[in-house]
Amino acid sequence: MEQTWRQAKAAFAAIAIPPLAWLLLFFIVPMTVIWAYSFGENTGPTTIDFTGTFANYMRAVEPLYLEIFGKSLVVAGLTTVLCLIVGFPVALAIAFASPRMKSWLLLLIMLPFWTNLLIRTYALIAVLREQGYVNFTLEWLWNNASGLMTFVGLQPLGEYEPLTLLYNNSAVIIGLVYVHLPFMVLPLYSALDRMDRSLMEASLDLGAGHMRTILLVVVPLAAPGIASGVLITFIPALGAYLTPDLLGGTDSQMIANVIERQFKRANDWPFGAALSFLLMYLTFAAIAMQALVQRRSERRR
Amino acid sequence: MAKNALPIPSALRPGRGGVRKERPGPLEYTRRWPLRLIVAATLLFLYLPLITMMVFSFNTSRRNVVWQGFTTDWYVKAANNASLMEAFVNSLTIAFFCTIISVVLGALAAVMLWRFRFPGKTAVEGSMALPIVVPEICLGVAMLVFFARVMPWPMGLPWPLNLGAITIAHVSFAFPFVATVVRARLASFNRELEEAAKDLGASEWRTFWDVLVPHMQPGLIAGALLAFTLSLDDFVITFFTAGPDTITFPVKVYSMLRFSVTPEVNAASTVLILVTVVLTAVGLHIQNRNADNRKA
Repeated sequence: MEQTWRQAKAAFAAIAIPPLAWLLLFFIVPMTVIWAYSFGENTGPTTIDFTGTFANYMRAVEPLYLEIFGKSLVVAGLTTVLCLIVGFPVALAIAFASPRMKSWLLLLIMLPFWTNLLIRTYALIAVLREQGYVNFTLEWLWNNASGLMTFVGLQPLGEYEPLTLLYNNSAVIIGLVYVHLPFMVLPLYSALDRMDRSLMEASLDLGAGHMRTILLVVVPLAAPGIASGVLITFIPALGAYLTPDLLGGTDSQMIANVIERQFKRANDWPFGAALSFLLMYLTFAAIAMQALVQRRSERRR
Repeated sequence: MAKNALPIPSALRPGRGGVRKERPGPLEYTRRWPLRLIVAATLLFLYLPLITMMVFSFNTSRRNVVWQGFTTDWYVKAANNASLMEAFVNSLTIAFFCTIISVVLGALAAVMLWRFRFPGKTAVEGSMALPIVVPEICLGVAMLVFFARVMPWPMGLPWPLNLGAITIAHVSFAFPFVATVVRARLASFNRELEEAAKDLGASEWRTFWDVLVPHMQPGLIAGALLAFTLSLDDFVITFFTAGPDTITFPVKVYSMLRFSVTPEVNAASTVLILVTVVLTAVGLHIQNRNADNRKA
């Protein structure tokens, strides 16, 4: 049972004050300032007046920016779905591996997650570009297929045209999946690992197939883990800055890139602040949905 | 005599009896080939780019396209690149301080939320989760404004004090992660142990230090690793908080990528990856040793 703070006031103060003070000073205060700026106006190169105007938000819902918001949501959503499709079987395999194998697999999944995001993105560029390994492999396959077709008396396939895998929207999605996959696998794994396996055995013993057991027993039991995996993947993907910046083309700007431009180049802090807060409200909406899922699955128990 | 013929006690075989030995047991998903294929493909996807990058840090050619010959010139070049080295050291220093502060704050926050009931707890829990969920870019611009207008970090401080603003920004998003990890660990704590310690006359402090902290330890180590790598990894927030004389490694690499890509970046990145791998190995080793001690 939790104890009320009154029972041990001194201990409570000693434990609670440092983290709360830090959170207030170095998180809540900066956020509040940005929030106040979003209702302000630029009155000079470095002065901002808090006029209480909604003009920044009005500008943010203009079609140009709405489209960028919509695009960011779609890209983040696709990333999350792809991560879930790939991550679930991987998490399942890890959860049911032998203890020795399990720690190796977990390590292998986690290592890239511990590797610098910028380095990973940079490494991905080298693989995806026109003279990268994906295109080399495809060219080799293409030429072999072409040779084979001449051999059996058909027209050769012609010159291989390298695929443009970089600087477009799919590159951004590939990059986001690449970066966020461990985010999805780890919560899924911990949910699957904690799961009561006798329920799965019971389901299999009673004649359900593996797919049915997974869909009707494992997925509901792992629902909180799935929900947190989806959330942990979706949120950073939605606010991704580096991946669209380095892998995307001119039309794959996501919302974070627009925000960065307001603060670093356009020097329109109030508008950037309004965009930041809209992005944050979208994030909160996603969290609220996750909380609903969590509560529902807890109630079921 | 074939091994298959040996009688295996049915208690050792969960699920259906009579399964031939070569076939995976009902719950041995890892031994099923579709799953193995997916795991292998995923690992290839995760590692191919990184391994390629590391291999090409030893290539004589300037362009990362064809292998021409083995050289360690790029490592020498990277080591002689003063600003790159400075950025590298800055990153490690920031990560070090960020880890220490984050582990202390995160552990305290975890104990607070786990142990006490207090008015406004839901609100505190919510705001504690905020730095984790708030998009990096939002925290980045908030820190930019905070250190530009509200609490300007003094210019021209001696190293490592000039890294203070970045360190503070990193702690703000890292310590709630530590708190989450430690709190998850605390969930498995048997509160009766704490009560027993107090019944036996241990003070609040002793109970905390001798009963609760040892139990939290794996969480603290995991949290420390997480804080260190989050700090080392961070680009966006640093990008907004860094001044011209406080460049970190990711920010430096980013600007190098903008101008020209040389295998120097590969070499420096390879070193950073190795640092992370070694630290992770050390952390896991400590964790495993503790787990073994507990079992013994």
